[in-house]
Amino acid sequence: MKTLVWVEHDGGAVKDATLAAVTAAAKLGEVHLLVAGQGVDGVAQAAASIAGVGKVHVADDAAYAHALAENVAPLAADLMGHHDAFVVPATTTGRNIAPRVAALIDVQQVSDILSVEGPDTFTRPIYAGNAIATVRTRDAKLVVTVRTTAFAKADAQGGTGTVEAVSSTGDKSLSSHVSSEMAENARPELTSAKIIVSGGRALGSGEKFAELIEPLADKLGAGIGASRAAVDAGYVPNDYQVGQTGKIVAPEVYVAVGISGAIQHLAGMKDSKVIVAINKDADAPIFQVADIGLVGDLFTLIPELTSKL
Amino acid sequence: MKLLVPVKRVLDYNVKPRVKADGSGVDLSNVKMSMNPFDEIAVEEAIRLREKSGGGEIVVVSIGEAKAQETLRTALAMGADRAILVVAEQKVEPLGVAKLLQAIVAEESPDLVILGKQAIDDDMGQTGQMLAGLLGWGQGTFASKVEVADGKVAVTREVDGGLETVSLTLPAIVTTDLRLNEPRYASLPNIMKAKAKPLANKTPADYGVDVAPRLETLKVVEPGKRQAGVVVANVDELVMKLQAMGIAK
Repeated sequence: MKTLVWVEHDGGAVKDATLAAVTAAAKLGEVHLLVAGQGVDGVAQAAASIAGVGKVHVADDAAYAHALAENVAPLAADLMGHHDAFVVPATTTGRNIAPRVAALIDVQQVSDILSVEGPDTFTRPIYAGNAIATVRTRDAKLVVTVRTTAFAKADAQGGTGTVEAVSSTGDKSLSSHVSSEMAENARPELTSAKIIVSGGRALGSGEKFAELIEPLADKLGAGIGASRAAVDAGYVPNDYQVGQTGKIVAPEVYVAVGISGAIQHLAGMKDSKVIVAINKDADAPIFQVADIGLVGDLFTLIPELTSKL
Repeated sequence: MKLLVPVKRVLDYNVKPRVKADGSGVDLSNVKMSMNPFDEIAVEEAIRLREKSGGGEIVVVSIGEAKAQETLRTALAMGADRAILVVAEQKVEPLGVAKLLQAIVAEESPDLVILGKQAIDDDMGQTGQMLAGLLGWGQGTFASKVEVADGKVAVTREVDGGLETVSLTLPAIVTTDLRLNEPRYASLPNIMKAKAKPLANKTPADYGVDVAPRLETLKVVEPGKRQAGVVVANVDELVMKLQAMGIAK
């Protein structure tokens, strides 16, 4: 089977999510990559050195500069004429593009796969991760998005892929990029952080969130996350949100501070290796999944913990 | 402007799903069902856009079992004008739904279709993008802000790392994220009035769309259970545990 993996990049470097998708694709067959963007020679070279990669298809055009689905999907659909599977990391950009490609080639996509059970069979979470379904597709071609925390990252080095230019399918003039507003965050990126400290509504304010959570995260070298309640209350920007509708994370250690543990939140973090919960309510659902629990007032416990680390 | 809003009837988001012992799926007998939360946000946004533009019509659509009529009545009570129910014998997958919606769009010619970004039962997150692809329209997914002006819609999208704004030529597709708005509750008088609003009953055959499933569910199981943890008495014990795991000095 020939797979085509869509490469997520920022114009300069290949994003880690792509490496997990490559691992999933390698379980299906020969791995080819698609690099679409503007001025992406460097990305293409980096993509070609990912271990196990064959051909790297490069489409360099202003139409692909912001990964607009309206322009990228026809390009991928064309390439699917001679590939059997389109494999995409389930990031916001990947989730935007893949279903459009699936519709263009008349395939029912399989979203957010956790494992590859066979050439046409996958497991995937449903109902916010409260059930795991094994599904088999009857379609002749595959379109799958990959839960990136469920697959190991392919080695970014050691590959000997060959770079091949493909012609642009052009600007479909349906959409244009106006602006981007990226949150400033010098800490480890949430989806790839080894340790995450996450705060909830119990922190009470954005100031308290910063005052308590940030020093603890700094001590641990951790990324910072938040529950939906903390985001909705405006304590932190919404790309901090961990959960079914936010980011799905699986770090080695997840420290949940003042988070009750609603179904929606658990869906985003319950595959963490070790879960530490600090909450004043001993009956909070978070303690049912926590490996280590500490019951008490976070306003005294967190400064004490930070000072003793 | 004319707006089309597809809505789905799903297990209520507060209910913990129970996996059936025979592994055939999730038990939906005698459990509370509601409108998919993202779809409520879509209905709300349509109502607000109509209020801003000073007129127009909102058509809501649901595809599924006959009981989805209740979900449509809820949308009508919120403020939609009329409803279309496509009753399907079996579960319709996102591609089938997108094809049915494509046919409905051809009949209704809306300026904008607003969908939820995903349904909280199958968590697929595909229908809006698929519909946009089939129609050849622009798509503004995961929207946290929508502004219509001069034949275009500006959509601020929630993306990994922050926000992104795109401009789409109308007609277009928008899918809603959680922070787009706070949906209103239907008042009792409006619930009564909604009973008199038109609701057309259709079937997939009326649109000539083949909705045969492409995916076969082999089994559904509960996720692996986590082992019970320990509760420590104080911060010192917690620090010792963290040190033992090698994540603190």
